[in-house]
Formats: sequence, structure tokens, C-alpha cells
Amino acid sequence: MRSSVIIFPGSNCDRDMDVALKKYGFKNHMIWHNDITLPKCDLVVLPGGFSYGDYLRCGSIAGKSKIIQSVIDFAKSGGLVLGICNGFQILTETGLLPGVLQQNKYLNFICRNVHVKVNDKKNKYFKDISKDILELHIAHNEGNYFCSEEELKVIEDNNQIALTYCNSDGSNNNDSNPNGALKNIAGIFNKEKNVLGMMPHPERMIDKYLSGEDGSVFFENLIRNSK
Amino acid sequence: MKIKIIVTLKSGVLDPQGKAIQQTLTGMGFNDVKEVRQGKYFDIETNESDEAKAKKNVDEMCKKLLANLVIEDYKIL
Repeated sequence: MRSSVIIFPGSNCDRDMDVALKKYGFKNHMIWHNDITLPKCDLVVLPGGFSYGDYLRCGSIAGKSKIIQSVIDFAKSGGLVLGICNGFQILTETGLLPGVLQQNKYLNFICRNVHVKVNDKKNKYFKDISKDILELHIAHNEGNYFCSEEELKVIEDNNQIALTYCNSDGSNNNDSNPNGALKNIAGIFNKEKNVLGMMPHPERMIDKYLSGEDGSVFFENLIRNSK
Repeated sequence: MKIKIIVTLKSGVLDPQGKAIQQTLTGMGFNDVKEVRQGKYFDIETNESDEAKAKKNVDEMCKKLLANLVIEDYKIL
């Protein structure tokens, strides 16, 4: 399985993602944002970080960078596109995913582990995943998911909510919502479910001695389903 | 020609920074402050001399980049 990680000026989770993808068997290439074409691959990842210094709005400038049209074309042809954190913000700015990530409700940068519930398994990212609740890491200032009521209805009707912030027992409430996100949303699919944006960082949870291993569960499942 | 643009959050969209500013102003003794909404201001200098054409171009810039129409409105002054 081949993957491409796009590097924007200000990306800072690109190498962690490279390490994670390679660990679980992807043959990964790093792609510079000024490139125009993508190499042949099965998965494109937009990594976390602060692309273009978060100028204007998080992800807005990266959403107009040279490589983006190729990423959009790849997504429209059914290719898997995964955006983590700033990558999620970029995907909403390109219009590949609905809604927007606003500033966290209490104006603080949040950096800690959270639990998220897998809400839909009829897709290549979570099909047959061995855990329904994952402990993952978040680190963001703009993760407060928002969309209009009409859009929310469409998202819910199509089962596009991928992940929701929850307590360790899987219950969703205000206590388990770190940033004020609408409906505790931590991750969203496009309608076809080949594009996934998520605030938590699975690439930071792939080592039992350093962090935790629920990121490993995510990547092992992803490569199995990508074949 | 210079064109000014103001981008604001749509009504009903949560503005935590505006809320924090409002609370600070109230704490400073400005008791008449009812609500604060924070926005962005752009000055765009263009080579286009035809005002109608320039504003049409700026309108497209707002739609494509300067404002996120999911949560923001824009006004060309």
C-alpha cells in the first residue's frame, strides 16, 4: 500500500505520520506543497501542524496551495484522504468536508488524551476495528466543530459523523466535550466516506512505552482495509 | 484604487473572543456594553481602475478566500 503525506510550511506532525504509516506497512512518500501532481498512491494524508502560520483562518491558505487540486481530484476519484487536526481544518476549507473548525469554546489550547467513540464502521477507516472507544491525543486551539442546522441534518442522515468525544465508558456529554464541538464531533466523513477529517492524532499513540497503542489499532485496521 | 472589506461572524455563530472582550469591558466598568462581536478588516489595493470591475473581483476574492461563508459574512465598503 502506498501513501503520500503532504508537507506545508508549518506542518509539524508530518514526520510522526511518516513513522506511523511505515511502521504499519505503508510505503510512504513525503510530498511538498508546491508540487502539482501526486505520485500513484492509495492514501493521501494531510498532517497536523500550523500550515502557513494559521494565517487568515486555520487551513485556509493551505486549502489554496498548488498541490491541493490534485488532492481534490484524488478524493473525487474515490481515493482515501485523511486529514488530522490542521489537516482536518484544511479539508473543511477545501470544501471536501462540510462545516468548519472554530476556536475552542473556552479560548484555550488543549493538549491531552481524550476518548473518542467510533460511530460508523461502514467505511474503510473503521471497518472491523477491534475497539469501539479509542484513547487518542488532541492538541489544538481550533477544534470546535460547527455547521449549520441544515448541514447537520444531512451529516446525521448520511451517518457522516465518524468520531465523537466521549467518556471512557463511551457516553457522550458536556463533560467529555473538550472544545465545545457541535454534538461532540471529533471526526467527520464526506458523503462517500473516502475522506476523513479528525482532530485527534492517532500517529501519536503507536508506542506502548511512550504513549498508548490505540493509534496502532487505527493504522493496523486502515492498512488491512486499504488492500 | 483601495477597497475595504469587513468580515464578521454570522449572527448566531458563537464568538468566544467577542464574549471575552465584552466581559473584560464590563469588568472595567463599561456597564452599558451589551454584546461584542469581533471581525476582520482588509484593505485591498488593486490595479483595476474601473470601480465596478474592481468590486466584482473583490467579491470573488471574499467568496473564495477572505471569508468562510459557513460562519462568516462580508461587506465591501
